[in-house]
Amino acid sequence: MQHSEHAERMAIEPLYLILLGAGWLLYVGAIFLSNKKRRPWPWFRTVFWSAGIISMALVLTGPLAAWSHTSFIAHMVGHLLLGMLAPLFMVLSAPMTLILRALNVDSARRLVFLLKSRPIFWLSHPVTAAILNVGGLYVLYTTDIYLAMHHNPLIELVVHAHVFFAGYLFTGAIIYIDPVAHRFSYLYRSVILIAALAGHGILSKYIYAYPPTGVPRGEAEAGGMLMYYGGDAIDLMLIVILCYHWYKATRPRLPEIGSEGAN
Amino acid sequence: MAITNGSSVDHATAKNRVVYSSFNLWSGFLFGLGFAAFVDEAIFHQLLHWHHFYDQSTTNAGLVSDGIFHAFSWFATVASLFMYANLRRRKGLWPKRWIGGAFLGTGSFQLYDGLIQHKVMKLHQIRYGVDLFVYDLVWNIIALILMAIGIYLLLRTRKISNKIKAER
Repeated sequence: MQHSEHAERMAIEPLYLILLGAGWLLYVGAIFLSNKKRRPWPWFRTVFWSAGIISMALVLTGPLAAWSHTSFIAHMVGHLLLGMLAPLFMVLSAPMTLILRALNVDSARRLVFLLKSRPIFWLSHPVTAAILNVGGLYVLYTTDIYLAMHHNPLIELVVHAHVFFAGYLFTGAIIYIDPVAHRFSYLYRSVILIAALAGHGILSKYIYAYPPTGVPRGEAEAGGMLMYYGGDAIDLMLIVILCYHWYKATRPRLPEIGSEGAN
Repeated sequence: MAITNGSSVDHATAKNRVVYSSFNLWSGFLFGLGFAAFVDEAIFHQLLHWHHFYDQSTTNAGLVSDGIFHAFSWFATVASLFMYANLRRRKGLWPKRWIGGAFLGTGSFQLYDGLIQHKVMKLHQIRYGVDLFVYDLVWNIIALILMAIGIYLLLRTRKISNKIKAER
């Protein structure tokens, strides 16, 4: 039993690697197309995309993936990388901007039309994104899904996909790097970010106090603390970027009272 | 260009300070909140290990309150520093009023932490295995002193601000 589960997991790792490799090649291919028409794509965005792909690969394949089946602490490192750090890197790599630049005008227009549609609007709404992101974690750790994902590779795949995409949706709904069809104010996004950060912190302490099914108390305590402080560290970057954008947007446009030339 | 030391500020700076008076207060206040939360975390949780991450008697309301306060103060620390930069950029920084806000923020957070979070919600105690009453008393008196300094500075600067407004 234990052996066949292990074999199934080993079988799914190449699939993850192929998907991630394809994701990386797609980005590089789009740069190639974009650079033929416009000024060169900034190199640091490629670094961000690559860092995102590497963070995901670390969680989904190799020693950390194997370890996280037996250790809740390793699982939590995986959660921080897959659900928070990789999405942040990838949002910073501005993939939608790159795709729009790589496509021809007609296709780009169709894509923009799709992005402006109602379903996409509701899906990427900060509140929806926050609920999908943090709410999903509550479902994972307070039900038996956490236990199930370690015995069924298909459930594991779905959980991983949800954690990553919800993380990306949320990060993209809070900091605007790519063009956004419907922008929400800085204050609105700040409130949602604080609420999500609070929800994440509360869940961390809840895990510490009430270990998920099948997790030993000691591991739940260490994992809960890792989630609490690790979440703070990554959210700090989100907070700084959001505040910096806010700071730039409110720069004085007219000469202020007391500045040169105004008296 | 602006002279910020002492009371001898030029006319333009004085005018800017009045315009951004409440912005100074709020930037300082939010920084004070964040600063108190940071000191609480760094010194009492991490260095001294007096505070506990979780206490068996923590109420659910305590968990929620801690989560919200922790998240808000984390955000406030960063936001207040950008607000400070904004004041500098607009030449409206009023150090005395900003510091008054910071004292009030630090004291308020400490009083809330000491009375509501420690005592009512039993999030955790200041220290374990000691006579708590003395610790609680010192904790909350310090909070009140910090708040009093803040309120004093804020009232002083409000008086100056009113005087400048009257002169115009």
